[in-house]
Order: sequence, then C-alpha cells, then structure tokens
Amino acid sequence: MDGITKLNCRYGDDKDFAGCSIFGMMNLQGKCFSSEDPVKAISNMHERGNGLGGGFAVYGLYPEHIDDYAFHIMYLSREAKKKTDKLLNESFEVLEDEELPTKEANVLDPPKVWRYFVQPNIRKLKNKSADDYVLEKVMRINTETGKAFVFSSGKNMGVFKGVGFPEDIAEFFCLDEYKGYIWVCHGRFPTNTPGWWGGAHPFNILDWTVVHNGELSSYGINRRYLEMYGYKCTMQTDTEVLAYAFDLLMRRQKLPINIVSKVLAPPLWEEIANIESEQARILRTLRQTYGSLLMNGPFSVVVAHHGEMIGLTDRLKLRPLSAGTRGDYLYLSSEESAIRLVSPILDKSWNPRGGEPVVGRLKTSKVVEVPAK
Amino acid sequence: MDHTEELIAEISRKFLSRIRSKESVYSVDASGLPYRELNTLLKALGNNGAKKIEVHGVYGQRYIGTGIDKKIVIELFGTPGNDLGAFMSGPRIVVHGNAQDCCGNTMDEGLIVVHGHVGDIAGYSMRGGKLFIRDDVGYRVGIHMKEYRDKRPVLVVGGAPGDFLGEYMAGGVILVLGLNSENKEFRARYVGTGMHGGVIFVRGEMNNLVSGVEALEANEEDMKIVDGLVREFCFYFGFDVDDVLDGKFTKITPINKRPYGNLYAY
Repeated sequence: MDGITKLNCRYGDDKDFAGCSIFGMMNLQGKCFSSEDPVKAISNMHERGNGLGGGFAVYGLYPEHIDDYAFHIMYLSREAKKKTDKLLNESFEVLEDEELPTKEANVLDPPKVWRYFVQPNIRKLKNKSADDYVLEKVMRINTETGKAFVFSSGKNMGVFKGVGFPEDIAEFFCLDEYKGYIWVCHGRFPTNTPGWWGGAHPFNILDWTVVHNGELSSYGINRRYLEMYGYKCTMQTDTEVLAYAFDLLMRRQKLPINIVSKVLAPPLWEEIANIESEQARILRTLRQTYGSLLMNGPFSVVVAHHGEMIGLTDRLKLRPLSAGTRGDYLYLSSEESAIRLVSPILDKSWNPRGGEPVVGRLKTSKVVEVPAK
Repeated sequence: MDHTEELIAEISRKFLSRIRSKESVYSVDASGLPYRELNTLLKALGNNGAKKIEVHGVYGQRYIGTGIDKKIVIELFGTPGNDLGAFMSGPRIVVHGNAQDCCGNTMDEGLIVVHGHVGDIAGYSMRGGKLFIRDDVGYRVGIHMKEYRDKRPVLVVGGAPGDFLGEYMAGGVILVLGLNSENKEFRARYVGTGMHGGVIFVRGEMNNLVSGVEALEANEEDMKIVDGLVREFCFYFGFDVDDVLDGKFTKITPINKRPYGNLYAY
C-alpha cells in the first residue's frame, strides 16, 4: 500500500476522495467501433482513480481468429514464460504467438505481455467441453509459477490492463488500432489490495469480463465456494470472484441473468417475507443454494460476454451506476457526464435501481431492465 | 464597462479565450477544463462583481459553486459532476440537464434548481438553502438533513425517490411530488429510517412505513408549507399549480425525537 500514499496523497491528510470508475459501451447491432469514445469517456472520470490500475475489454476484436481462443498472458520472469510455453505447446495447438504491440506510455513497470491464438489439443479433451478444458489450463498456468498470468482467455475478444490511468493503458497497448462492438473500461482506485498489473480490471475467464467499483467483503467465502468448481483466485483482488461466479452460473449452469442477479444481490430476508408464496419459495431456495455466492458489500459492476452487456449494483445501491441509450448504443457508467461527453443527446437516461440489472442484448434494440419483484 | 481583462490577468491568461462578457453577465466555456481551474475561475468572477455566470460544456466537473459566498446566479449547461454546490453558501445554481451524486452536500445557503434528475445522496447533511429537482432522485436523498433556528433546508423532488429517503433526518423539509417519473410507482423502501426531526411530505399515500415514523394526512397548517413549495416548484419548471396540488398529501414525521435515547443509556 506504500505506492498509494506516494502517488495519491498530495494533501498529507491520509484521506483520499475517490472511487473506481466503470464504463461500458455496446452497439446492439454488433457494429464494431474504435476506442475513441470509450477512452474519452473513461478518462473523463480521471479523478475517480489514482493511476494504480486501468483496463479495457473489447469484444469482436479478432475476427480473423473468430474460433480460436486468444490468450493474453503477462510474464513476470523469463523462466515463467519458458515453463508456460511448454505447457501451452503440450495442451494446445498454438496457431500464432507474438508479443502484444505496445508503445511508450506513462505506465508503471510493465511486464512482458504475450498474445497466443490456440486450439485445444483434441486428443487430450476426453469428455470435457473445450471451454472447461481451457478453464482448467488457465487455472494451472496461473498457479504453477506465480509469475505467469493468463488475464484474457476468450474467443474474438481481449483484455488489456495494467498499472496506470486508463488513458495511459490505452496508449500503452495501442488501443487506437482495435475495434469492437462492446468496450468495457475501468479506472482503478485500489482500496484493500495491491495495485499491480494482474490486479487491474477487467477480470476475465473465457469470454466473461467484469469491471467493478466497490468492495466485496464476502471475497473469502466466495473464493472458497468457487474453488470447489475448479476456480483458483490468483489476482489478489476481490473482483476476480465475480468473473468466475458469472462463468459458473451463466455459462456452466446456464442460469438466466434475472436469476443470477438474485443470487449475487438477493432481496433482503424481510422483503422475501412480504412476497407472495411461490416467488418467495424461489428466492428462499436461491439464497439457500447459493448463499456462498452472495456478493456482500458495495458494488456496481459492468459484466460482458459475447452478445450481452450487463450493469448491476448491490441491492442497497452503495455505488453509482448511470445508464443511457442512443440509437443502437447502450451506455453504462459510474457518472452520467462520461456518457454525455460521447453522446450529448440520449434517447433515454436513467439511474437503475439497486440489485436490478440493465441488460443490452445483441440484435435486440430493447434494453432489458429486470425489476426486483 | 466591464473589467474582464484585468480580472483574468489576475487569475491566469489562459482563461481569456474561454470567457465572454456583457456588463456583469459572463459566459464561460468549461469544456475540457479541470474542476480546480473551473472553480478558481468561477470564484474569481464571483468575487469581482459578476452577477450571473453561464457555464457551457460542463462535463463532470466537481464542486461547482463551492466556496463562493456571493449571491450570484450560475447557470450550467451540460452535466455537472459530483458534489455540485457542496458546502455552498449563497449562490443560485440552475442546471439545464441532469446532476450526479452528492448534489447540495452539506449546503448552507442558496438555491439549486435542476431541470432533470439527480443521482444518489442529494441534499446530504443539508443545513440550509433550497434544492429543487424536476425529475427522479437516487438513493439516500436528504439523509441527515438538519435545522437550527432560522436555517431550515428545503428539498423538493418532482419525480420519485430511491430508497432511504430522509434517513437519519434531523430537521428541514422534504417534499416528494411523484410527477413525470421514470419510476411510475412510489417504490422507495426505508423512507425516514432513524428519522428524529424534520418532516417529509409525499403527494399521495405512503405505505410500507418503517418503525419509528408515523404518516398522517397533511393538515391545514402543513398545507400552507406544501402550497408554498408547490408554487415555487411550478414557477421553476412550468407545471400547473392546481394539478399538482390536486389530491391528498401525506406527512411523515418521527414518533420520537430521541429514538435511540435509551439504547446507550445506563
């Protein structure tokens, strides 16, 4: 935490007025757009962060590799790369690998970052689905050396993140050269966990990403629960559990978002007591079954995977979230001003209620709002 | 004649191209200007005789209106940032658009009129002045408002509030009208939790009350206050006074001035 004091506490008063910033922008027709608007919007919330983390997730990024898993891996040592390359070559058919293009920017101690396009080794798949196989290998790489981390493992999408303000991270990774139909962005203000490259948001597994403003005090119990399903937390940051929870609930267990939001941000018991019996029985069952996945503490998040971008806050709305639509675009943001900067006129602009997700789905121009009851 | 040039020389030459003035009315282009610089500029204009400042291209600058103790008018075009008018003591701010979180935080005197919605915790710890919002407000609005002698803060919400409206309220007046709201029904939970002073008026009925507060139909005395506030609201936003006053108003007050008096007593 020393770094935080040095970088941020200019006033010597030991109190920092800030919070993370989150921003998401989606074209509901799947049209790809450049980094210009997302970077402009997230950097407008510069004051919320302190330069100890910035990052982006981009969907529709690698159309020429649409069916290949794209791994972005950060290496903290040469030895770790050697070991990981060996593991990758054993487990996958590596179609392409290269160092991610970067340029000089105001970022702190960048590690070596590599990009691989891979296909699972069919002979080794056995009865596993390709996604589960990739999940297992990602967890193995992340835990094996302690110096190699897969921070992006989806298809036709990618995460770029590190230590710096978001606008500096965008410059470092040359994001002006990429296009996507969903951009999810984050500016970080680390509270309880270190500001290191792996701890920057978005957090990712397969094509799921999460950016988060807040603090998950339930991290310990969430983490232990997810370990039973093969997820290993290695990024030293609470938000990591959210990415894995979404993968478990939505991809593996195929639950819809209106159920998932009740798992992560369930109605209070006293509210359930006032709801009619059948609905109350479902809510009670969810709380009992998934008690260990309840995300306790303040949060607002933007979650994305292919075809969907979701905004959600904790049920008491202890962190801000603003939403807006204009034509085929859906915007989600910590602050409305960031949305207005890139789209001064909006068809609709509102602040969603706590625990009620806002969902943008591909090829449906209607944004879904799920009411609590 | 105005004295913009000398004034700007005092602050900084770099602001010159951003300012137009006619008599004591100033127009400032705030686009891309960091909040510290914008607020320094507004303060300097206010201290040097500006009666009215129009600020264009506002995108998220925080603390606008803070630290200005003159009764100037500030008109904002765009979306002002968090803590609009925080600790403000004097100015009248009109927002042509929406405001964000913490609008009117610990405001002491003056007026904020928002032609749109605001985010969470508007009027937090307000101790004087008036806050009029045309549309919806977020969560925790008017929490910990307080009053003392002639200082009685007023918060009027044209739309619907989020949860925890007036939580721990100790003084002042909140009026909720529920007009042209995004949330058609009054869905706010935990209204007036821990309230021990002040009053919340709601146009219409109020169900799901928390313990510690009571809801009664507003009486004749109460309606004098409501009437005045509705008229002021309609004056700012162009609603019809009779339409808004039509119907029942509910008054929410604390049952006990010291609800936790026994909690920590020996």
